[in-house]
Amino acid sequence: MRGVSELEVGKSNLPAESELELGLGLSLGGGAWKERGRILTAKDFPSVGSKRSAESSSHQGASPPRSSQVVGWPPIGLHRMNSLVNNQAMKAARAEEGDGEKKVVKNDELKDVSMKVNAKVQGLGFVKVNMDGVGIGRKVDMRAHSSYENLAQTLEEMFFGMTGTTCREKVKPLRLLDGSSDFVLTYEDKEGDWMLVGDVPWRMFINSVKRLRIMGTSEASGLAPRRQEQKDRQRNNPV
Amino acid sequence: MGLRLPSKVLEHILSFIDSNEDRNSVSLVCKSWFETERKTRKRVFVGNCYAVSPAAVAKRFPEVRSLTLKGKPHFADYNLVPDGWGGYAWPWIEAMAAKCPSLEEIRLKRMVVTDECLEKIAASFKDFKVLVLTSCEGFSTDGIAAIAATCRNLRVLELRECIVEDLGGDWLSYFPETSTSLVSLDFSCLDSEVKISDLERLVSRSPNLKSLKLNPAVTLDGLVSLLRRAPQLTELGTGSFAAQLKPEAFSKLSEAFSNCKQLQSLSGLWDVLPEYLPALYSVCPGLTSLNLSYATVRMPDLVELLRRCSKLQKLWVMDLIEDKGLEAVASYCKELRELRVFPSAPDLDEANIPLTEQGLVFVSKGCRKLESVLYFCVQFTNAALLTIARKRPNLKCFRLCVIEPFAPDYKTNEPLDKGFKAIAEGCKDLRRLSVSGLLSDKAFKYIGKHAKKVRMLSIAFAGDSDLMLHHLLSGCESLKKLEIRDCPFGDTALLEHAAKLETMRSLWMSSCFVSFGACKLLSQKMPRLNVEVIDEHPPETRPESSPVERIYIYRTVAGPRMDTPEFVWTIHKNPEIGVSHLAIK
Repeated sequence: MRGVSELEVGKSNLPAESELELGLGLSLGGGAWKERGRILTAKDFPSVGSKRSAESSSHQGASPPRSSQVVGWPPIGLHRMNSLVNNQAMKAARAEEGDGEKKVVKNDELKDVSMKVNAKVQGLGFVKVNMDGVGIGRKVDMRAHSSYENLAQTLEEMFFGMTGTTCREKVKPLRLLDGSSDFVLTYEDKEGDWMLVGDVPWRMFINSVKRLRIMGTSEASGLAPRRQEQKDRQRNNPV
Repeated sequence: MGLRLPSKVLEHILSFIDSNEDRNSVSLVCKSWFETERKTRKRVFVGNCYAVSPAAVAKRFPEVRSLTLKGKPHFADYNLVPDGWGGYAWPWIEAMAAKCPSLEEIRLKRMVVTDECLEKIAASFKDFKVLVLTSCEGFSTDGIAAIAATCRNLRVLELRECIVEDLGGDWLSYFPETSTSLVSLDFSCLDSEVKISDLERLVSRSPNLKSLKLNPAVTLDGLVSLLRRAPQLTELGTGSFAAQLKPEAFSKLSEAFSNCKQLQSLSGLWDVLPEYLPALYSVCPGLTSLNLSYATVRMPDLVELLRRCSKLQKLWVMDLIEDKGLEAVASYCKELRELRVFPSAPDLDEANIPLTEQGLVFVSKGCRKLESVLYFCVQFTNAALLTIARKRPNLKCFRLCVIEPFAPDYKTNEPLDKGFKAIAEGCKDLRRLSVSGLLSDKAFKYIGKHAKKVRMLSIAFAGDSDLMLHHLLSGCESLKKLEIRDCPFGDTALLEHAAKLETMRSLWMSSCFVSFGACKLLSQKMPRLNVEVIDEHPPETRPESSPVERIYIYRTVAGPRMDTPEFVWTIHKNPEIGVSHLAIK
């Protein structure tokens, strides 16, 4: 459909430099930009209608994003999302204790759990993540993760792909935790100090983390080294 | 020849006109009507805070008493708008403080509000009465304390789903010790515990209090004591219900509720144990609004509660209600006007709930007054949509979220085109529509053709080509807000219908195929549109034909805004400035 009444798309009206191709079937620029235009199509999602048995095949290399990994989908507000995640955490906690449906829990114990849970609802479950050289910060839900590996994987996915799409195939993995990449993962704790992620037990970590930052390794040298034999990288921060 | 209506007479006439749409029309008649109208307008609504400058509004409406503003695009609710995008309340507060000191009410949605803003409000408006902040962020409980302490005539203080830096529960103690004029208090989104004795005393000295929404930190004991002090409440948001079930606790709660004879709206109910629900039975017959969307209670217990709510008009619930529960709602809640069913699991993989399209069909058949629907469901069918449309042509708001993107009709494997066609065609008064599931361009042809009154349309993962956008922009006459994500089209339709964009409040497109070149063109050709490219990479570093991550286009008389962060690019209107300096940061 090229009927244009309000706008002339003829060359005479455009600045000389821009040669616009406004055809359908957009031609994407070459090189790095080939990937960026890719949006999620039906192929990206596990077969529709089938129950979740397909998920066993979903984690091999170029795994398709599950609908929950797509940013902002399903469209549930932050408060509600936090609440759902907390419900699951509580369910998991109860399951761990191996109780039945109507276990009578001590008053303060339950209060403790609910205070902990409630303390994390509505905003505090999500912490901001910034990566050096990336303008847009993101938020990640600490409560939705069970381990450092889990968290690292989410962050790697978040920052190496478009928001809303994931193109894991052509991209070098971040490997935030093993010290082998250009970046390290750091966090700001409740006291305002910046520490390397990974030193303390997971539970302690999620209770004290306020913010995350993916830092270039050269900048991170001021922080306490995680291991004695750090691999020294001489590169500058990539931009 | 021309009879001039004395302005005093006109003023008197206008005092009967409340609707802003009507007042807008009045102000177009002639200069003197414009003048009289603007001097008498008391309530101002600005749907997009960047559409007009604060100074212009303050100057035009010096007698404004109530200001309502909206900031970020709706998709900000789902994390699609990066932090720092904008929507700052400060310039507005500043302008109002300077020119409109009689301002009494401020309602903000999706805006960044700082403690400074709140302090300024407290200091500038002597008769300040109403503060409602919905989905706002950027302030702490210190700001709230300032409002509480200074605004002696405060009637309404509501923090709805805000992100607040919670420095503790002290803010509550800042309300004046004398009797307050509080009518409504909502602090449900705050985290920390407030001193229950402070709250009790506040409630006791607020004889006009009608609406109280507590945060989850308030315990059941606290709730009981508060209800005893405020049996006149018409709206209640409980705190957390998680507590060990003790017989005395239960009977105290039951008694407290049964004394609240005017309760019409109930919400909160976090962590409610099913054993406590019977305590609510006494208020059910009077309830018109019930929000169970945070209550992880299962179907049988839900139904026991709901079957007693014969006057219920608004029900928010989780999918734990199942089809069976909705069938019960359809038979007991004949007054139902609004239904929202939310998912109980954030992840599709954990979803194993017997809630299907049938639940909504039951309610559509049984509840004649149903006019507003928000329904999350794993998958759907055309047949169900057809039935819903046939049974409920009076629907005004229909938001269906099929959680599985691209899910076709699971019985026939066809796209849901026919179903949404039926909705668009059948529900002639439809004002708001959200579509989902597998949809081809055809669906949008139908929507464009029939949905003549739809003002807000939300689309995700749909369509085949530019035709989709073309159908919508050429067809939907009343369209004011269009938000689209992950759909495979962009430039052509956008440019073709550029003029349409000026008749709308805003257009959001993310993860689509809109190129930077098109954005430039659009911006240069349409002086009264702000075309914002939200992309972490400078658009100039890429070929013009490459797609940008997000665009947000809105009409404005204020020109490009000056408070954009580094990832928002506004294109200079003057093409002579040159390509390399096109973006203003």
